[in-house]
Amino acid sequence: MPSVAMTVNGKAVSGEVETRTLLVHFLRENLRLTGTHVGCDTSQCGACVVHVNGKAVKSCTMLAVQAEGAQVTTVEGLTQDGKLHPVQAAFKEHHGLQCGFCTPGMIMTAVDMIRRIPDLDEKTIRAELEGNLCRCTGYQNIVKAIEAASKEMKGARA
Amino acid sequence: MYQFQYFRPKSLDEARKLYENNGDAKFLAGGQTLIPTLKQRLAQPTALIDLGGIAMSGIKVAGGVVTIGAGTKHFDVASSADVKGAIPALSHLASHIGDPAVRHMGTLGGSIANNDPAADYPAAVLGLGATIKTTSRTISADDFFTGMFETALEEGEIITEVSFPVPEKAAYMKFPNPASRYAMVGVFVAKTKGGVRVAVTGAASSVFRESAMEAALTKSFTPDAVAGIKVSPGNMNSDLHGTAEYRAHLVTVMAKRAVATIA
Amino acid sequence: MTASIIGTSVRRKEDHRFITGQGRYTDDINRPGQAHAYFLRSPHAHAKIKSIDTAAAKAAKGVVGIFTGADIAADKLGPLTCGWMVTSKDGSPMKMGAHPVLAGDRVRYVGDHIAIVIAETHAQAKDAAELIAVDYEELPAVVDPAHAADAGAAQLHPEAPRNTIYQWELGNKPETEAAFKKAATKVSLNLTNNRLIPNAMEPRAAIGEYDDGTGGYTLYVTSQNPHVARLVISAFIGLAPEHKLRVVAPDVGGGFGSKIFIYAEEVVCTWAAKKVKRPVKWAAERSESFLSDAHGRDHITHAELALDADARILGLHVKTTANLGAYMSTFSSSVPTYLYGTLLSGQYNIPAIHVEVDAVYTNTAPVDAYRGAGRPEATFVIERIVEEAARQLKLDPVEFRRKNFVRTFPHQTPVIMAYDIGDYDASLDAAMKLANAKDFPARRAEAKARGKLRGLGYSTYIEACGLAPSAAVGSLGAGVGLWESAEVRVTPTGSVEVFTGAHSHGQGHETTFAQVVAGRLGIPLENVEIIHGDTNSVQFGMGTYGSRAAVGLTAVSRALDKIEAKAKKIAAHVLEASAADIVFENGEFKVAGTDRKLAFHEVALNAYVAHKFPTSEIEPGLKEGAFHDPTNFTFPAGCHICEVEIDPETGVTKVVNFTAVDDFGNVINPMVVEGQVHGGVAQGIGQALLEHGVYDKESGQLITGSYMDYTMPRADDLPTYKLGFTVTPCPSNPLGMKGCGEAGAIASPAAVINAVTDALGVKEFDMPATPQRVWATINRNRAAAE
Repeated sequence: MPSVAMTVNGKAVSGEVETRTLLVHFLRENLRLTGTHVGCDTSQCGACVVHVNGKAVKSCTMLAVQAEGAQVTTVEGLTQDGKLHPVQAAFKEHHGLQCGFCTPGMIMTAVDMIRRIPDLDEKTIRAELEGNLCRCTGYQNIVKAIEAASKEMKGARA
Repeated sequence: MYQFQYFRPKSLDEARKLYENNGDAKFLAGGQTLIPTLKQRLAQPTALIDLGGIAMSGIKVAGGVVTIGAGTKHFDVASSADVKGAIPALSHLASHIGDPAVRHMGTLGGSIANNDPAADYPAAVLGLGATIKTTSRTISADDFFTGMFETALEEGEIITEVSFPVPEKAAYMKFPNPASRYAMVGVFVAKTKGGVRVAVTGAASSVFRESAMEAALTKSFTPDAVAGIKVSPGNMNSDLHGTAEYRAHLVTVMAKRAVATIA
Repeated sequence: MTASIIGTSVRRKEDHRFITGQGRYTDDINRPGQAHAYFLRSPHAHAKIKSIDTAAAKAAKGVVGIFTGADIAADKLGPLTCGWMVTSKDGSPMKMGAHPVLAGDRVRYVGDHIAIVIAETHAQAKDAAELIAVDYEELPAVVDPAHAADAGAAQLHPEAPRNTIYQWELGNKPETEAAFKKAATKVSLNLTNNRLIPNAMEPRAAIGEYDDGTGGYTLYVTSQNPHVARLVISAFIGLAPEHKLRVVAPDVGGGFGSKIFIYAEEVVCTWAAKKVKRPVKWAAERSESFLSDAHGRDHITHAELALDADARILGLHVKTTANLGAYMSTFSSSVPTYLYGTLLSGQYNIPAIHVEVDAVYTNTAPVDAYRGAGRPEATFVIERIVEEAARQLKLDPVEFRRKNFVRTFPHQTPVIMAYDIGDYDASLDAAMKLANAKDFPARRAEAKARGKLRGLGYSTYIEACGLAPSAAVGSLGAGVGLWESAEVRVTPTGSVEVFTGAHSHGQGHETTFAQVVAGRLGIPLENVEIIHGDTNSVQFGMGTYGSRAAVGLTAVSRALDKIEAKAKKIAAHVLEASAADIVFENGEFKVAGTDRKLAFHEVALNAYVAHKFPTSEIEPGLKEGAFHDPTNFTFPAGCHICEVEIDPETGVTKVVNFTAVDDFGNVINPMVVEGQVHGGVAQGIGQALLEHGVYDKESGQLITGSYMDYTMPRADDLPTYKLGFTVTPCPSNPLGMKGCGEAGAIASPAAVINAVTDALGVKEFDMPATPQRVWATINRNRAAAE
């Protein structure tokens, strides 16, 4: 079995995997980082979104071996020194989650979205969420949470 | 997924040799179509040759031509100021492929080599009359797309870059499949030095040019010129989401709306 | 009592673990030595299994064990069963075919479970499954419920001739016939309620484990009701005595009904764990969920309404064919009967109702409860036909509804239900105001000028939830009672643990239940822990579905009554006062009229120290339990208004305004309640515009077997909803709550389709209103007009 090495949430990690092992399974099974979820098998639901080299990708649509040498951030890596990331805090404040299953992917997508797009309005947020499905919230409070986090982070930068 | 061997060559030469030495090898670009296909066990390659380690990405605008490396991600095309300045329709199209996470991985070369009938890029390549450069030759868009998931590429031939001549004006209008968000019908309209080109994706087994619309728009580049053109449903795809008649109708509507944005 | 925290939008206690990736869903659990399972499923809609050869598969790399229906039969493991007896109008009991946990000699739908393959990894199990050689003899299939009872249709179960499970009726046939005889106007409507696939974002999963030392099994499973799972697996399937089976439903990623039922996979994994002497883990891929989760809805209905000359409703007749799929799932029989026929009176005075329902088998996945379960179907029938009646009479649909509203309570309908309280004018008025209904004509004209079609649709719904008075459901055929239990344990330091049988899989019980406790006891919210989902912790419970958390909350409230009563006695001894003089306020026990008092935690400590009261009279400790059986259903009601804009060129329908005003009685946490409405409405709009589970009529293959073809509502498919609330406190529970989980999904489809038909000027329109269907309708009408 090939071995793979990468940096996950700032920590150097390595492991033996089959070539067919998806990045999400490496994270969940080898590293026991079970915050990243698998909700579909057609690359549509986005429960598996993580950041690879600073960009949101679907970890169910990437082989673990493709991430050799990469910097990977999962939802577990967002909290710094016990302090919630503003997006995490906004999801709680605005009730942007119910069952919580889609939440890690939603949050990772939101962090990426806010990084890329300085002025997020409701329409843009809804469009940017095309690759993330939620069955509980009807999206309304997810959109609200992202909008609020975006404003807060912009304020913090200014 | 079935088992396969995995290689990550550093050069095109190495990639080519690996391909020749491995019976049923497949090239892996961004993987946003290939990996889902493998996950469904719909393909069983013996080896994947990952082109991600070969420097093939980048965008150049020079001499009225936008040249994009085959490994360039959709996101980079969509967000490139150069592309936006030269061919806004192309960056618009790229910004509507898949979703943001898919655009961070998917590549131009991978998309057109696969030639999914519902993919967006083939419409731009054909609509702009682009030229596809490979490891062994250059191929014109009109010769490249040969059928459903079929292209003029030979075994082991790898796309390295695509050159899009800058048109006078162009627009892409997509009607997404409500479920998959792939193009159910996508129409790329371009007024180029060589004449008007109208390329349609999603509607049939492969991207095609709609010559009646091209002729009409050559006479008068207005929405009205195409609004009355009825496309034959004969060759159109038909499925749960759209009958052939509906798709044929949408080709006219999307063409009209595309022209309206630039007329 | 400090009630201040009750009724406030406290942020959720459970969120921290979910937003930091520390949730613990079934597939996140890994047991030492676990092996992985994959289920071989039928690729055919209907076939005889002539033989199964597992030899090559057993020899494949990593395989630990492979078992088939023959192994199940050898161990005499019982079949899955449906726990609600429905009786046909001729008095005969429903006709249930056997549903073995692994198929015997017949498979009856694509996805039917044939064998479990257990290997070191999931991929190896899947590899090996491909090596199992099954010799099938394909049989003709029937997937269309309209033709399931046809002579010559493929027959699924020998027990059910003509695939007919029951022919049920409710109401008064002669009175209804008489109403139609004297009617000045008759309105008739054909309706289909489209098949839906639930799609909780967490796919089903199970880990079965056997401890040879104790002879006990443990099942970790994605369940909405672990105790019911334990009861069924023990008493009906016979896997293990109830006390030797622990069922744990940890964090569950959404249910919407689909995780109520007892499924084959969880039973087989648990059984197989003993066979292979290792924990066996199975997690469904989404494609398997599409094939094998119980689907929802799937009704074909003809309805007729009789009206007098003054537009008052005289009678309603409804004839429905309900598709129950290839096997009867756990509660499937009740959905198109007692959860459907009983709600057909809507918000209206209808003197006579007669409903007939034929339930049929087809070669499709089993159909059971999905968010709303029967009540969305009933609401769709009544709210569509009421709207159509108004149009036919050229009356304003609002005025027509008002003319027929129930306004005196209690109100006994002709279909069992006795509505306890409500104010339907209030919610209608509030919704119209929020939706700015009076300016709709101007918005419609403005849209028309842009070439777009606008429509407005109402749905003034009622539902019954808070399931349910046990004797009442028992008399209707339920195999279980629908009470709920709670146990409140106060620790010596005065913090509180609450054990509830109500399972939380997104509803936020860890917060809302804690609010009730904290508010009642006057202690901080963080001092209250809500524990649910493990049969080893909670004595028994019926789980969460049917918007029944209010039943669980009432059980908690009753246990708190007992805690307070005992604490008062202890406080009296400590304060050397008479128990009758002790008052409990703001978390303090006081001697009335004095400044002598004890904080709640001081009484708790005294209860455990037990120095200051006679233990011969008062037992030490502070722990009380309660079982609460509701005295009535609760009746949330309200008004949803949908405004759509249709692009006639493409057929694309956009919901441009959606207003929901609901009367849920008293609300514990408005933020959580609003979230429930958002999600319910999204599922309702999904049903009306996007979602449809479709089988190929010839082959019986599921065409919508992934998100490539099954249209899940996305963020940009939905509008921002306008929400409002009216309150008539529920008289049948001390907190005055009704239930809010399903209303959105119940009310909204009719509002959307009433808007679509209004925009298009058509009478009938089958859900979902996809662009293609809308365009085809416009085109057909245009062709007809030309």
